[in-house]
Amino acid sequence: MARGILGAARQAGSVLVTLAGLLALTFFMGRMLPTDPVLAIIGQQADQAAYDMVHHQLGLDRPLPVQFALYVRAMLTGDFGDALFTGHRVAADLSRAFPATIELASLAILIGVGLGVPLGVLAAVYRGTLFDHATRVIGLVGYSSPTFWLGLMGLILFYSTLGWVGGPGRLDVGFIDSIEPHTGLLLVDALWDGDPDVFWNAVSHIVLPASILGYASMAYISRMTRSFMLEQLAQEYIVAARIKGMSRWAVIRRHAFRNILVQLVTVVALAYAFLLEGAVLTETVFAWPGFGRYLTAGLLAGDMNAVLACVLIVGVIFIGLNLLTDRLYRVLDPRTR
Amino acid sequence: MSITHPAPAPAPGLQAWLTADVTTSPRQASLQRFYYGWRRLRGNPTAMIALGALAALVAVAALAPVIAPGGYDDQDLAARLLPPSLMHPFGTDDLGRDILARLAWGARITLMIATLVAVIVAPVGLLVGTTAGYFGGWVDAVLMRINDIFLSFPSLILALGFVAALGPGIRNAIIAIALTAWPPIARLARAETLTVRNADYIAAVRIQGGSALRIITRHIVPMCLPSVIVRITLNMAGIILTAAGLGFLGLGAQPPMPEWGSMLSAGRSHLTGAWWLSTVPGLAILATSLAFNLLGDGLRDVLDPRSE
Repeated sequence: MARGILGAARQAGSVLVTLAGLLALTFFMGRMLPTDPVLAIIGQQADQAAYDMVHHQLGLDRPLPVQFALYVRAMLTGDFGDALFTGHRVAADLSRAFPATIELASLAILIGVGLGVPLGVLAAVYRGTLFDHATRVIGLVGYSSPTFWLGLMGLILFYSTLGWVGGPGRLDVGFIDSIEPHTGLLLVDALWDGDPDVFWNAVSHIVLPASILGYASMAYISRMTRSFMLEQLAQEYIVAARIKGMSRWAVIRRHAFRNILVQLVTVVALAYAFLLEGAVLTETVFAWPGFGRYLTAGLLAGDMNAVLACVLIVGVIFIGLNLLTDRLYRVLDPRTR
Repeated sequence: MSITHPAPAPAPGLQAWLTADVTTSPRQASLQRFYYGWRRLRGNPTAMIALGALAALVAVAALAPVIAPGGYDDQDLAARLLPPSLMHPFGTDDLGRDILARLAWGARITLMIATLVAVIVAPVGLLVGTTAGYFGGWVDAVLMRINDIFLSFPSLILALGFVAALGPGIRNAIIAIALTAWPPIARLARAETLTVRNADYIAAVRIQGGSALRIITRHIVPMCLPSVIVRITLNMAGIILTAAGLGFLGLGAQPPMPEWGSMLSAGRSHLTGAWWLSTVPGLAILATSLAFNLLGDGLRDVLDPRSE
C-alpha cells in the first residue's frame, strides 16, 4: 500500500516536471520568433508610443523569468490570448474546433480497432499464410502512405468520380447551421434533434476522412495485435489448454486474446493520440473545421498564440493519455498490482 | 598488447577470408560480421527489392541533369496540363513543366532532407544517449526528462511548432525535423549503453586511465552504432512523410523547388481535371517510404538474434 502511494507520488512528480518542460518548450518557441510580435499586432506604420504600449502590454519589457511565470499562469488558467487571424479568443476558437476533430478521430479509431484487431488476430493464427502476408502488405502501405495524398485520391475517386460520398467540409452548404450545437459532435446533435437528413448528410461527409485516418491506425493496430498474439500463441499454456480438449478457437478467444487485452489498450490509446497528428493533414485536405485546420491556418497566418496553444494542448493530451493507459494497465493487469 | 593466434592456413580468396573460422584481426572480425549480416539480408527478397528501389532513387537523383537537362523549372506554357504521354510519361503541370523532370530533381531534395536529418540526428542522439547511460544519476535524469518532453509530442505537431517559430523554408524544415527525430535515437543509445556500461572491457579501459570521453567515443559508441543505424533507417520513412507533410502545408521547400509534398499540394487545384499532378508525386513519396520501411524491417531481422 505504502509502495503504491509512493509510486503514485513519483508518477505525479514526473508528470509535473514533464508538464513544466512542455510549457518551457512552447514558451521558448514563442521567443525564437524571427518577427517582432509587437509589429505583428500594430503594423509597420505605428509610432513609437504605440509600440511601447503594446510592448508593455505583452509584458516584453519584464525580465525573462517573470515573462515565463506570467506565461505559465495564463496557460494554466486556459488563457491562450487572442487569435489575430480569426479575431476571437484562442480558447473560444478551440472549443468550437475540437469537437469536430474528436468526432473524426473517434470514428477513425472505431474503424481502426474494428478492422485492425481481427486482422491482427487472424494474421497471427494463420501465420505465414497468404492471408498473413496480405495483411502485412496492407498494413505496410497504410503507414508508408502520406495520409493527405490518400485523402486527395479518395476525393477524386469516391467524391468526384463515383459520387458515393459528400465532399469537403462537415455538411453540405444547405445544411450548415441547421441544427442546434448541443455537443458539437454533428452526428450526436443530429440524432438529438431527431433530424435524419442532417445525420445522413453528416455521415456522407465524415465517412471518407474517417476511413482514411482509420486505415492509418488500422495498420498500426493490426501489426501490434499480430505480434502480441504470436507471443501468446507460443506459450505453453496454449498447448496445455488444447491438450485439455478445448477447441482451437476457444483457446484463442478465451486465453490468448484475453491476455493481450491489456497491451492492446495501450496501443489503442497511442493510436488515438497519433490520430491528432494525422488530423492536421487530413483536415486540411477535407476542409474539416477542426483543430488541425485551425493549427495550419494559424501557422500560415503566422499567429503564434493559436499555434502554441495547439502544440501545448496536443502535448497535454499525449501526457494525459500516457498517464491514463499507465493507470489502466495497473487496474487491468493483476501482475502489476 | 596483441594476442597472437596460431596463424590459420591462409585460405585463398576473399570469400574464404570472410568466412574463416578463426579471425586474426579485429578488422577481419568486424568485416566478417558485416559479411554474414549481408548474406542474411540477401536472403530476404523484400528487403533486397527495397534496397534496389532506394538505389534506383539515388541513381535518378544523381542522373537528374541527364533525365531532365532543362532543370526543374523548364516552363512551356503551350504544353500546360498535358496528360501522360510518350513525350511526358507523367504529364505536365499548370506551367507546362514535365512532371518526370520535376520528380527527378525532387528526388535530390528528398534524399538531401533524409541524409541531413540522419547526419544531424545520429551524433546528437548517440551523444545524449551514451552520456546519460554512462554517467547515470542526475545527468541521466535530466537528459532523459528532456527527452521525454520531446517525445510527448507527435513529431509532425512539434515540427510544425518549430517551423512556426523559425519560419518556413527547407533549411528550417530540416532543423525542425531533426529537433523532433533525435529523442528515440537517444533513448535507444542509452539502453544499449546500460547493457555494456559495467562490462569488464570498459572497466579495463578505466583502470588503464581512459577518460570518460575516450570510453564513450571509442568503446561505447561503436557498440551502439548497428542498432542506431537500423533505427534511423526505420525512422526514415516517418521523416520523409513529415517532410512531405510540411511541404504539402507550404511550410517546407518553397516554389519553384520541386519538393514532392509541395508538388502534390500544387496539384490540388487541378484535382478533377489533371489527376496526375497529385497522383504521381504521392506515389513517389509512398514508394520511398515503403522502401525504407521494408529495408528497416529486413535490417532488424538481420541484427535481432531473436528473429532466428
